[in-house]
Amino acid sequence: MSTTFKIQESHIKTIHDICDSFNNDPGELINVLHKCQGEFGYLPEDVQREIASKMKISVAKVYGVVSFYSFFTMTPKGRHAISVCMGTACYVRGAEKVVDEFKSQLSIKVGGVTEDGKFSLDCLRCVGACGLAPVVLIGEKVYGRVEPHQVKDILAEYND
Amino acid sequence: MAQYKMHLLVCGGTGCRASQSEEIIKNLNTEIKNLGLENDAQVVTTGCFGFCEKGPIVKIVPDNTFYTQVKPEDCEEIVREHILKGRKVTRLLYEDPETHKHVEDSKHMGFYQKQLRIALRNCGFIDPENIDEYIARDGYAAIAKIFESMTPQQAIDEIKKSGLRGRGGGGFPTGLKWEIASKNSADQKYVVCNADEGDPGAFMDRSILEGDPHSVIEAMAICGYCIGATKGLVYIRAEYPLAIKRLQTAIKQAREYGLLGNDIMDSGFDFDIELKYGAGAFVCGEETSLIHSMEGLRGEPTVKPPFPAEKGYKGKPTNVNNVETFANVPVIYLKGADWYNKIGTEKSKGTKVFALAGKINNVGLIEVPMGITLREVIFEIGGGIKNGKKFKAVQTGGPSGGCLTEKHLDTPIDFDNLIASGSMMGSGGMIVMDEDDCMVSMAKFYLEFTVEESCGKCAPCRIGNKRLHEILEKICAGKGTEDDLEYLENLSKVIKDTSLCGLGQTSPNPVLSTLENFYDEYLSHVKERRCIAGSCKALKLYTIISDKCTGCTACTRACPVGAITGEKRQPHVIDADKCIRCGACYDKCKFTAIHVQ
Repeated sequence: MSTTFKIQESHIKTIHDICDSFNNDPGELINVLHKCQGEFGYLPEDVQREIASKMKISVAKVYGVVSFYSFFTMTPKGRHAISVCMGTACYVRGAEKVVDEFKSQLSIKVGGVTEDGKFSLDCLRCVGACGLAPVVLIGEKVYGRVEPHQVKDILAEYND
Repeated sequence: MAQYKMHLLVCGGTGCRASQSEEIIKNLNTEIKNLGLENDAQVVTTGCFGFCEKGPIVKIVPDNTFYTQVKPEDCEEIVREHILKGRKVTRLLYEDPETHKHVEDSKHMGFYQKQLRIALRNCGFIDPENIDEYIARDGYAAIAKIFESMTPQQAIDEIKKSGLRGRGGGGFPTGLKWEIASKNSADQKYVVCNADEGDPGAFMDRSILEGDPHSVIEAMAICGYCIGATKGLVYIRAEYPLAIKRLQTAIKQAREYGLLGNDIMDSGFDFDIELKYGAGAFVCGEETSLIHSMEGLRGEPTVKPPFPAEKGYKGKPTNVNNVETFANVPVIYLKGADWYNKIGTEKSKGTKVFALAGKINNVGLIEVPMGITLREVIFEIGGGIKNGKKFKAVQTGGPSGGCLTEKHLDTPIDFDNLIASGSMMGSGGMIVMDEDDCMVSMAKFYLEFTVEESCGKCAPCRIGNKRLHEILEKICAGKGTEDDLEYLENLSKVIKDTSLCGLGQTSPNPVLSTLENFYDEYLSHVKERRCIAGSCKALKLYTIISDKCTGCTACTRACPVGAITGEKRQPHVIDADKCIRCGACYDKCKFTAIHVQ
């Protein structure tokens, strides 16, 4: 996906403030990235460049860390981010079929965003609510014991 | 503190919160207020009770009544009947699956009877956001006792004597680890708590941090005193927001009480704790990777030695222990090493927390003494297999472990026995599988995980696991050969022998253990193109039962490839060579005449 993100003066200030709050210490890079992702929703290339120049480390190093950890993303999420738990407990209780149903209902792949930017679909590893397997998270809301036929109704709840 | 006649304990763990436990707490409080019972009963938000299958849970003490699957609208009845009139709400009590009788209290539930809760002693008992409740349960008494009567070496000796081994997977003796770190001198040392629980299907560390964060804080301070470290760091997954919040609250309270900070309890010992966030990388469970990640780098492992005890975080001696290991520590000092080392087996002392999940009746978090058998765990505590299906295997140790089968059911569980059986303790995930689960697909599932999580540093792990995964995919797609099975085994052994860190060294375990225990299943995939469990889509064989087929032609019309033929009102036939196994005919048939094998 091509990012349409254009960095603005106000963004630069936000990034600099975050870096300063961690004393521009390269050892705090992961905390800085957490904060920046919290601020922008994702970590586009321009944001990474700005962090690198502010903290006086190479862009390669920042990108290396961003691409290493699954929590960091360079693509924006949908307004409602759907995460299907693919931990083992959910897997043996049929999470794969639930993912397939989301894929076909939304016509997107795992990791994709719908064209209108409403939903994005991801898999994650174990939210630790194995008693409710299979588990689906949409934003902060947790859906437990989800069966493929319920997917349509769940999506219908989000008619913004 | 006010004296209440009754306490209503409501689980506020992640699982129960997902099923409206916050709403329940609100309603209980409202109802208590409405009836003017504020001085008699108190609602307490606790950590996980472990019985996640039937959550949300409301437990009433002192009579230990255990209400399951409580809904917000049940709260009025609970307060009116139980609290006001002293009558139990029978319909909400746990029903024994065998006798179908309601169980009066938690002490008589099969789920709890065989458990021994040491690390989880306070989970589901105290309010984790209130330090006073922890102190009331002998919290911070262990560290006080140590300051009063023990030198660091004596304190280390006590842990050594207890026989405690690391609960994160490796099983390294904790006391020995502390001793090594204590002997390395430096101007600054660190105590690190590994709370980066990345094993899919394991949630014990999260539950301890959510339910009893102070026990970990106290233990880290004890460890700091023993090894001479004044700084503690908790490396925690960013995906655990509730655990992070509870831990932050606990650290703040401990500082206010002078239990963290300078000159703790006038002992002259300084210790404080800081949180470091993980960002989702399984390999960071490995000590050296974890330390690199805390330093803001990619979490790639490095060669040991030097061990973290010599050169760890920022190049200083560092002791890394897992959450559950720490949670055991304070009790050992309070009850004594001799009490602790009588629990368990000869070489594995104490208890182990397992996250029981999968096709089992009682999904949840359990703590059992080492040496218990799998049969007791699965059939007595776990209540047997869901929907009366047949037990097939149990996977322990997550992506690094292996499958255990029927023949291992009576093996006592401990570190060494599990390794001898081809699996491992790991962090304590225990996934139960039934006859509908295909073992080749399971191995494929774990390999998919490892391929994604391999950090990419070593070629055998980065490329080898990818190849293993491809072969497994090929087998599941019905294109495997017998040669592939031999290749799988050989490649697995190479990856094990030549990878640097624990991830690569153990990643082929799911393949090796399924090959060992379910070779026939692999064979039927490659020779007969058949999946016994019926879960590999490409290997399903669709046939029409001629006695049941009415010749309605619905299936013929549904079939996208024209594989079904037959005269009207005559039994139809599926051409197996043309069939693409889409299942459209099966969904369309109103007479259950389509048989899937």
